[in-house]
Amino acid sequence: MPYDPHPNHEGFLNSVGSPIQHRFNPHTDNGGTTLAIAGKDFCLVAGDTRQSEGYSINTRYAPKVHELSNGSVLATSGMYADSVNLVLNIETRLEWYKHKHNKTMSATASAQMLMTVLYQKRFFPYYVFNILGGVDEKGEGCVFSYDPVGCYRRETYQAHGSSAALIQPFLDNQCGAKHQNIKEELLTLDQAMKITKDAFASATERDIYTGDYLEIFVIKKSGVTKHKFDLKKD
Amino acid sequence: MFDPFSEEGKDTRNPIRHTQQPVIVSSSVLGVVYKDGVMLASDTLASYGSGLSRFRDIERLKPVGEYTVVGASGDNSDFQYITHTLEGVTTEEYDWDDGHKLGPKNVFEYLHRLMYGRRNKMNPLWNSLVVGGLKKGEKYVFLIGSIKFVRFLGYIDLKGTTYQSEAIATGFGSYLAIPLLRKATENGRYKTLSEQDAKKLLEDCLRVLWYRDATANNKIQVATINEQGVSVSAPYKLDTEWGFAEHIRGYGA
Amino acid sequence: MALKFELPKSGFNFDNYNRNLILESKGLKSPKTIKTGTTIVGCVYKDGIVLGADTRATNGPIVADKNCEKIHYLAPNMYCCGAGTAADTEFTTNLISSKLELHRLATNRQSRVVTAMTMLKQMLFRYQGNIGAALVLGGYDVTGPHLYTIAPHGSTDKLPYVTMGSGSLAAMTIFENGWKKDMSREEAIEIVKDAIESGIFNDLGSGSNVDVVVITKDKTEVLRNYKRPNERVKKEQSYKYPRGTTAVLKTSIRNFVDVTEGVATPMDLS
Repeated sequence: MPYDPHPNHEGFLNSVGSPIQHRFNPHTDNGGTTLAIAGKDFCLVAGDTRQSEGYSINTRYAPKVHELSNGSVLATSGMYADSVNLVLNIETRLEWYKHKHNKTMSATASAQMLMTVLYQKRFFPYYVFNILGGVDEKGEGCVFSYDPVGCYRRETYQAHGSSAALIQPFLDNQCGAKHQNIKEELLTLDQAMKITKDAFASATERDIYTGDYLEIFVIKKSGVTKHKFDLKKD
Repeated sequence: MFDPFSEEGKDTRNPIRHTQQPVIVSSSVLGVVYKDGVMLASDTLASYGSGLSRFRDIERLKPVGEYTVVGASGDNSDFQYITHTLEGVTTEEYDWDDGHKLGPKNVFEYLHRLMYGRRNKMNPLWNSLVVGGLKKGEKYVFLIGSIKFVRFLGYIDLKGTTYQSEAIATGFGSYLAIPLLRKATENGRYKTLSEQDAKKLLEDCLRVLWYRDATANNKIQVATINEQGVSVSAPYKLDTEWGFAEHIRGYGA
Repeated sequence: MALKFELPKSGFNFDNYNRNLILESKGLKSPKTIKTGTTIVGCVYKDGIVLGADTRATNGPIVADKNCEKIHYLAPNMYCCGAGTAADTEFTTNLISSKLELHRLATNRQSRVVTAMTMLKQMLFRYQGNIGAALVLGGYDVTGPHLYTIAPHGSTDKLPYVTMGSGSLAAMTIFENGWKKDMSREEAIEIVKDAIESGIFNDLGSGSNVDVVVITKDKTEVLRNYKRPNERVKKEQSYKYPRGTTAVLKTSIRNFVDVTEGVATPMDLS
């Protein structure tokens, strides 16, 4: 009998109970890049808006950075359909939490919740690379970075997606003061904005899956603001 | 007596397969946003594989409710199942009699859930769908930023991938038609694109597909959705130009 | 005494072919060649040929060269656009270019486009598609203007307008929609530019600038970077590091010359 990875799942067995052979690949990569930087009293989350498949651009504007109802921001890259449904899943849980506890979920709590949501689909994962940005209980900027199955970590800066390998070393140097004879300090909002814009403009130059528009969300205790910029369209 | 549920002699080497490849397939569907609404277009051919033109009168632009048209490419039997399901949804919606009518956004969301649900079961509906529509008073978040927009045009495929754009094409059209559609609509140009020009644009694209896509046909249909409602044209033939062929001699020396 | 290992006088060396097959069957990953996603086109007009190409070279999802040259010189009256494996297009066009030059010197006549086309297709056919060159060949000779495509397996087409590469469909749409017989020079350059831009903006394998070559009866113009629709925006800030940014861990100075202090003895000039 061939190995069945889903032995007890109703949908994977036919009426006679024999295993079903599948060749359909349920995953796809829609490209794109996301980034987040934590500051002293703010968090910046950014992403490009190109959605692609293979060598084609599906649309030049499909936002992959989502403002959540608890005031934090979720940046998603990878498979777009999964990210849409992941955000829907998270939003549902945030809503239920509000009704249950009569308060909105904190950024740090939603970070932990996202981990469990991702791990629940460990053997049919949401093919999404997440970065969650917000302000924590102390009012300080926080960034949480995830792999598709829920391994997560708090960071001060993180890049994900098709240009991650291009942007992360740049952030290590500019935000993390790596390879420099200086002390690491948190960036000001102005500095973070400039670095983000330059990082995306440069990634667009060298990564074919990044481009079209850049959306930057700035999260402060007082609320979220959104900024939009042009990127190259080729 | 024959027992279909008998474990005896069950062939586990030939397990039952879900849709793994489409059988009777149709080619591109195009959609474009123009000044007063949305226009969809497709040819009427369904082929058996890529070589045999099996059915030449398949209509694959289906009105759903009063404000929406759904266009499909890919497996024809799966599309017939989708239309059947949508008919059920519209009937149920009518039976409620609560004053609410399905708009394009509702149909889009429904189809998104349907397609994504089936891909989660590893048993996809092998189609790429285009949903176009316009419902008076309904506004959509669309395009660059949060512009409230009255015209709706969206895409859904077998993996549940969705997007909205002022120009959409499925199948081969995503390579051959998209360049022309984007040229005519990008940077807000759709706002000045007249109904006449939009129709000509779609015909030009389908003509290119007829020239260059082996599974396309020159018998086409155009669906228009504007404030006046939905109208799907009867199939008609494109005029095509083969005069240049006179001057071609051979392929080399 | 004969050498143990003799280099072949010319052509490819297949000595390691069987060894590599065995290694691959044991799981060795053979190195990948750089393939360029590309849009290249050619178009016949009233007085000759216009060739066009984008300038992006890719290595997987990464842009390897933002402004490379894909229109190769074959002869003074002939140019050839290349798509596919970068090294193959480069070496194949170079080789044929040399052969054409020698042929001209031997015959004292201008090269003909069919000659180049036949040499290219025969070479590509001989290598059964293993030389991954997809070419658009255009030129003007004593028999008039000619435009060909040559696919990696050696098949050819002779058409009034042709496209190749990953952006070939995006470019072909523009020709199918706007090409006319007997266009003027300006019209032909315009439609070639539009076809390449269609590839640049709709195909992720193509990008950056438009290169154009116009070949007429007695003139060939190379319009390198005819259009640059993708200029980079100015950077938000300077990334110049102040002196001392990089930590100095160890210093070691060694003298390579002996310097003797004192008065130099004047040279005896007598």
